[in-house]
Amino acid sequence: MTKVLDPTNETKPTEIPRVERPSSLKGLTVGLLDISKPRGNRFLDRIEERLTEQGIKVLRFKKPTFTKPAPVDLRHEISTKCDVVIEALAD
Amino acid sequence: MTRLGAPPLPEGFVAFVKRDCPTCELVEGVLADIADRTNITVYTQDDPNFPSGLNNLVDDNDLFFSWHHEIETVPTLLRVTSVGETSRVVGWDRAIWEEFTGLQNLGSDIASFRPGCGSLSVDPNLAGYLEAKFSGSSLIGRRIEFAALEDSHEAMFNRGWTDGLPVIAPTEERVLAMLAGTKRLPSEVIASVPPDLAACTVEKIAINAVMAGCKPEYLPIVLAAVEAICNETFNMHGLLATTMPHAPVLVVNGPIAEQIGMNSGGNAFGQGNRANSTIGRAVQLVVRNVGGGRPGEVDRAALGSPAKVGFCFAEREADSPWEPISTMYGFPKGTNTVLAFPGESPHNITDQISRDPESLARTFAVNLLGIQHTKLVLGFDAILAVTPDHSRIFAEADWSRQRLTDRIVELTIRPGKDLVRGANGIAEGVSADFQELELPKFRQGGLHIVHCGGGAGLFSAIIGGWVNGDMGSTPVCVEITP
Repeated sequence: MTKVLDPTNETKPTEIPRVERPSSLKGLTVGLLDISKPRGNRFLDRIEERLTEQGIKVLRFKKPTFTKPAPVDLRHEISTKCDVVIEALAD
Repeated sequence: MTRLGAPPLPEGFVAFVKRDCPTCELVEGVLADIADRTNITVYTQDDPNFPSGLNNLVDDNDLFFSWHHEIETVPTLLRVTSVGETSRVVGWDRAIWEEFTGLQNLGSDIASFRPGCGSLSVDPNLAGYLEAKFSGSSLIGRRIEFAALEDSHEAMFNRGWTDGLPVIAPTEERVLAMLAGTKRLPSEVIASVPPDLAACTVEKIAINAVMAGCKPEYLPIVLAAVEAICNETFNMHGLLATTMPHAPVLVVNGPIAEQIGMNSGGNAFGQGNRANSTIGRAVQLVVRNVGGGRPGEVDRAALGSPAKVGFCFAEREADSPWEPISTMYGFPKGTNTVLAFPGESPHNITDQISRDPESLARTFAVNLLGIQHTKLVLGFDAILAVTPDHSRIFAEADWSRQRLTDRIVELTIRPGKDLVRGANGIAEGVSADFQELELPKFRQGGLHIVHCGGGAGLFSAIIGGWVNGDMGSTPVCVEITP
């Protein structure tokens, strides 16, 4: 019988329930997050156009680089200012 | 000279011996003589019937007494009173034994002096086991017991702890033996390992180093390497998550490389050297197990590369025409360091004809242009690994690393019109904004010329880098400390 030491970090993933999806974007603020991948802005420009046409409030955000997680401050700002966020990957 | 919880020894004289020691065999008669004349108890480590002709013989086969009384040499002779041990002598020296015991004419028929042998209780192969058995472990990691019918190799694969190759089971004995390779406490936190940003202790790194097949003396390099890759500017998170195939490539400098038997010579990037093969692998296992970075999950590499199993080698410093690469990072020559470079598998350059430095620099330049794409510039660093057969050509012409670097940088500057998207019938390329500019392939400090490899062969190699700078990764060099 072999007894070994656990090589992992021994943590259990915490399940955070998703915010319920809104049935309509009316009256909500939509955040558009560009992760700084090339041409992600093109995709978001078009989304912004479409949403603005419908009278929906849009705020734009940008990660400094797609290779690193979004800075804590940016995540906080998005969470306090927006009801919904759309993130553009792209290339 | 005793450890906490040591069992008391009987009063009088006490000796520790083993049969597998010529000095102990030599003094077998002396011990019997002492037993005839005074009170002595002999603890025997291997053969319970050795030495013969003694009444007070204690079998210390499990080394319980030897370990607790910190016996390092056999024979060791101790004087024990009601308060415990008062003094000890090691090895055989007639004059010293006579003075120590107060008995005359001890062993007059044998050589008067002979040094002792190592006690089994300090045998490097047993040290970790004994520590675990007797000390009450200082390790805090969760213990996992495999079921009696579970094959431990399969059990570790099944738990997702491996890179697909077999690993060594990280038993407490092995982990303690591994920890003997460092002066740091097992509980010391070395880094937060991406992507989970989990606090990683020396103990966790030691566990993964055991699994990778490291020897204890490699541990300081693994610790330093983990520290290097978890430095924020190295950006291990991005390097792991990227769809590109890159991985930390570890270059070791300083005397430690030779001391632990690393390969910086022939086949330095290849198989067959335990230190090279296991140090890089240990670091990858830390990312996998402690960081939670696994292919197909956060690791999104489209192709990956063999370097992702682990890629570590030492610079060939002894006959290098250049200062160690670590000097580029401000470390004086002779410092033990590890450089973490975000790289891919090596790509060979053949030039068997050039005999002058300018021609060979041109060979290097034209091949280095190919990193990622000949039309993509400035975004990627490189290691240029130069072998002795090539470095000699620069040494003979007195070309320093700086001169070679400057020349390659100069030779890899190209007109923007050849690099823009669509140029040469290739859609890939740099933005049209750069059409009129002259663009260097490498950023300042991006080219790392390293001396390694050996035997015959007019070859060198390129290890292409991942996205550099703030957008990606900056190589990090850290000092290796005990």
